[in-house]
Amino acid sequence: MILFWVVAVLSVASALTVVLHGNPVYCALALVMALFQVALMFVALDAHLLALLQVIVYAGAIVVLFLFVIMLLSLEPDVPSPGRYGMRAAAITLTVVLGVEVGAAVLLSEPGSPDPPPLDFGSTRMVAERLFTAHALPFELTSVLLLMAMVGAVVMARRHT
Amino acid sequence: MEAPVDCYLVLAAILFAIGALGVVLRRNVIVILMSVELMLNAVNVTFVALARKALAVDGQVIVFFVMTVAAAEVAIGLAIVLANFTQRRTVNADEIGLLRW
Repeated sequence: MILFWVVAVLSVASALTVVLHGNPVYCALALVMALFQVALMFVALDAHLLALLQVIVYAGAIVVLFLFVIMLLSLEPDVPSPGRYGMRAAAITLTVVLGVEVGAAVLLSEPGSPDPPPLDFGSTRMVAERLFTAHALPFELTSVLLLMAMVGAVVMARRHT
Repeated sequence: MEAPVDCYLVLAAILFAIGALGVVLRRNVIVILMSVELMLNAVNVTFVALARKALAVDGQVIVFFVMTVAAAEVAIGLAIVLANFTQRRTVNADEIGLLRW
């Protein structure tokens, strides 16, 4: 329970930093923090393989990509544009409503206490068995998606001569 | 004492709301992409929590696919941001109206 509260406070704080900080570099660093907290949640929820992948793929690859692009762009600080504060109030209201709605939906559901998981729940073997049997076709399609993304990124980022 | 799974569902909902707030509030395209990443992560937490609750590992398998799509989305999105920046020198979402009617 203590772990949960530590993770909850840190993840919400770092997520708010991502959303509210003016400097994109700090946003990216706060994003690393938030993603690590999510990895901790995965550990607490018996998804050890996913926690590992979370750190490697998200914190290792995706955030580095963000930082590279921020570095390449040499941005000025983000000043909030004037005349959008009505939009801003509407956005905040919408988000609060969304949060309350989803939270209420979860709280009103039956609060069943979960059974203790089998010892190898979330292990590489167990996840891989499902991945390569029941979900083999989506797994193969993933390779097509990644290939398309790779080609697309190269085409998009190339300078047009 | 271990925290019940429902706590993680509520936390994921809060994180998702914060991410959505970022998407509608910020005008910097890169920060909008980061907020989308936050939202995807919140959904991942929901999947894993429900997988734990139902003791079905399929929820964790889906997180694999979400991670893959997230990686592809970031790669393409940042490539578009770069290509746009070289031509128009801006990352402000309000000034990028190329496909807007």
